[in-house]
Amino acid sequence: MNYEIIGVTVLWTFLYGYIIVASIDFGAGFFNFYSKLTGDDNVISPIIQRYLNPVWEVTNVFFVFFFVGIVGFYPDTAYYYGTALLIPASIALILLAIRGSYYAFNSYNKEPKLSWTFLYGVTGLLIPASLSMALVISEGGYIVEEEGGIQLQLEELLFSTYGWSVVFLAIITVLYVSSGFLTFYAARAQDTQALELVRRWFLIWTLPMLFISQFVFLGLREHNYEHFLRAQDYWYLFGLSLASMGVAVFLILRRRAFGLAFIMIMMQFAFAFYGYGISKLPYILYPYVEINTAVVNESMAFSLTVAFILGLLLLVPSLVLLMRLFLFDKDYVRGKGNSKY
Amino acid sequence: MDDVIIGRVLTASTLGFHIIFATIGVGMPIVFMVLEFLGIWKKDDKYLTMARRIAKGYTVTVAVGVVTGTIIGLQLSLIWPEFMRLGGQIIALPLFMETFAFFFEAIFLGIFLYTWDRFRNPWHHWLLNIPIVIGSTLSAVFITTVNSFMNTPAGFDLVDGALVNVDPLAAMFNPSVWVRVFHVVATAYMTAVFIIASIGAFKLLRSKFEEDREYHKKGLKVMMVLGLLMAFMTVLAGDFSAKFLHEHQPEKLAAMEWHFETEDNADLILFGVLDEETEDINYAIRIPSVLSFLAGNSFDTEVTGLNDIPEDEHPPLIIHYFFDMMVFFGMYALTVSIIYFIAKFSKFDEHHPALLYAYVLTGPLSMAAIESGWFLAEMGRQPWILRGYMRVSEAVTHADGLGITLIAFVLLYVVLGATCVYVLLKMFQGKSADTERLEMYGEDYKGGRLP
Repeated sequence: MNYEIIGVTVLWTFLYGYIIVASIDFGAGFFNFYSKLTGDDNVISPIIQRYLNPVWEVTNVFFVFFFVGIVGFYPDTAYYYGTALLIPASIALILLAIRGSYYAFNSYNKEPKLSWTFLYGVTGLLIPASLSMALVISEGGYIVEEEGGIQLQLEELLFSTYGWSVVFLAIITVLYVSSGFLTFYAARAQDTQALELVRRWFLIWTLPMLFISQFVFLGLREHNYEHFLRAQDYWYLFGLSLASMGVAVFLILRRRAFGLAFIMIMMQFAFAFYGYGISKLPYILYPYVEINTAVVNESMAFSLTVAFILGLLLLVPSLVLLMRLFLFDKDYVRGKGNSKY
Repeated sequence: MDDVIIGRVLTASTLGFHIIFATIGVGMPIVFMVLEFLGIWKKDDKYLTMARRIAKGYTVTVAVGVVTGTIIGLQLSLIWPEFMRLGGQIIALPLFMETFAFFFEAIFLGIFLYTWDRFRNPWHHWLLNIPIVIGSTLSAVFITTVNSFMNTPAGFDLVDGALVNVDPLAAMFNPSVWVRVFHVVATAYMTAVFIIASIGAFKLLRSKFEEDREYHKKGLKVMMVLGLLMAFMTVLAGDFSAKFLHEHQPEKLAAMEWHFETEDNADLILFGVLDEETEDINYAIRIPSVLSFLAGNSFDTEVTGLNDIPEDEHPPLIIHYFFDMMVFFGMYALTVSIIYFIAKFSKFDEHHPALLYAYVLTGPLSMAAIESGWFLAEMGRQPWILRGYMRVSEAVTHADGLGITLIAFVLLYVVLGATCVYVLLKMFQGKSADTERLEMYGEDYKGGRLP
């Protein structure tokens, strides 16, 4: 068995899951804050709160899962990324902590405070920006291995066009995905006013999304030509991604099948994300960590795989239950009290 | 300061802050599980109100626990990258399983909190407690196996700096795991129970809502029953720990007891001040031969002294004070809960103000015992990060900026801690429990659902 392939597939899937759920979560927090500023909060906040309340913790676990998993399957990454990311990751952690806590503080405080809404709204955009630094670094060029260990070239990172284009991609993704999801959620709630509002947000973010993803692609060509060439081999995946985006935008523009539209948004990111991931191989951190040599010892990889399968058997039904109760339960989504079960 | 010290202080502040919330996170589900059970079983909406209010406050602490847990999870790699590179070959499995347990708990906690009024049969809602308790306890179990592994590594061979013949299960079920897991889980349950007891007693002393008195008395009684049980388990766990240390980590036992000469009939030393130059112990209470008895159930057990351990492997001797605090504060809660029952079953009023003041202290002191216990355990394995294999100084990161990171995180913890306390206080102020009960359950008990 190729444990290195199993490991990387599992981890990449969790990272993909995190990108989708975290984008929804972060974006919803930001839109919640934005609607407070524009006075639309009575229209949209109830919908956002109803969705966020039961799931905010689950979102965080996807992230924990990813970084525990990557250290488990590829311990070398702990050494390289751990050393290189001390400052960027600490910033991300502080932002995550502020967002997670103040979300809960605000929901359970007697009168919610605008400053707290601001805290978790704005950190929601900064977290993806700081986390995306890890992906930028993985393309190589920002880490130097020296006698005393490895060093991150922080200055070079801060002034790199490629770095900033990825940061903007992350931020726009958050706004695009979450407005897409909220459109679907508002449609389910049969809340026309909210639906019109988030639909407009979604359409506003469509063009920047299209633009920035092309820009990042070109940036990769400048930055890591080898990777750019390998990405060409998977052109069909990126093509499918673009096509999915087209379908999603078309459906939402024509106010049709919002559920399908959101699935298309998920497909759009799935194709692009896996395309990017596959073309990245065999490097986890160019050129220091390679998937084939860095994999954990055989017996641990086996145990991890077994633990993972057993864990999924437990998780998937629980997640389905969670979604049935809060995402696909019509009465809950519409905010009606009910007495089923 | 050099990086090793900064790294240690940063890890200690994160963990020291996290375990407050982690302990509540592990212990509190038991509390509201029991209360909701009593409420449904006795058809008493006072218990249900209690369960619901505690669960609401619990959510706020869980939020802080989740984020600080995420922080320490990543900080392990950020501050100690060399350790994770080596240890990652072994501790990946329990870390991975801990995440699963936590995932499981998070899902059901989300469902639990937002379905109080959605079930016709209240027992269906109660059942959600089970995965929450299992999830929270299992995550404590798995993460404790990681810590145990760092104290008593097992399940691999070290050949030329690389780990070979790795046996993941042997590493997980290393020699110290059972003792530590039992100790961690029992004390977490105990601390959560006494925190609620403290709040109940405090409200009986200070609350302006007369109509809540019966409610708080009911709560206090349940907590004292549970507390007594948990405190006895903790004492048992402590006894196992002493025997275990004697067998597997003699240097820690010797340092925490200031035991220098290897001898039988070794004395147990309580309190006291040590002169590190002359190794003289002043103002201490010496209990003859008891250390030997604790270590091996017989007065002539030979207990290894520090002088038989290489100088550069000595743990800091300051851990004796943490040991004293842990034992004293832990025993305090046990004693107080025994007094509660003596008072209850004699003519004396168990709600006498003097006693209430004593109850108020049980929660904070139990938490102080947890903190001291962890300081004792962690400082007691210095200088090792992986005992016998890797020193802390070899594991620390080479990256710049550790100092500024420390300042940033300490500031973060201060702000988070203060806001958390503020929100919790606000949450339960200004409205009596009885008003909330009426809001939630109406005049007559309706079986766990909104009327």
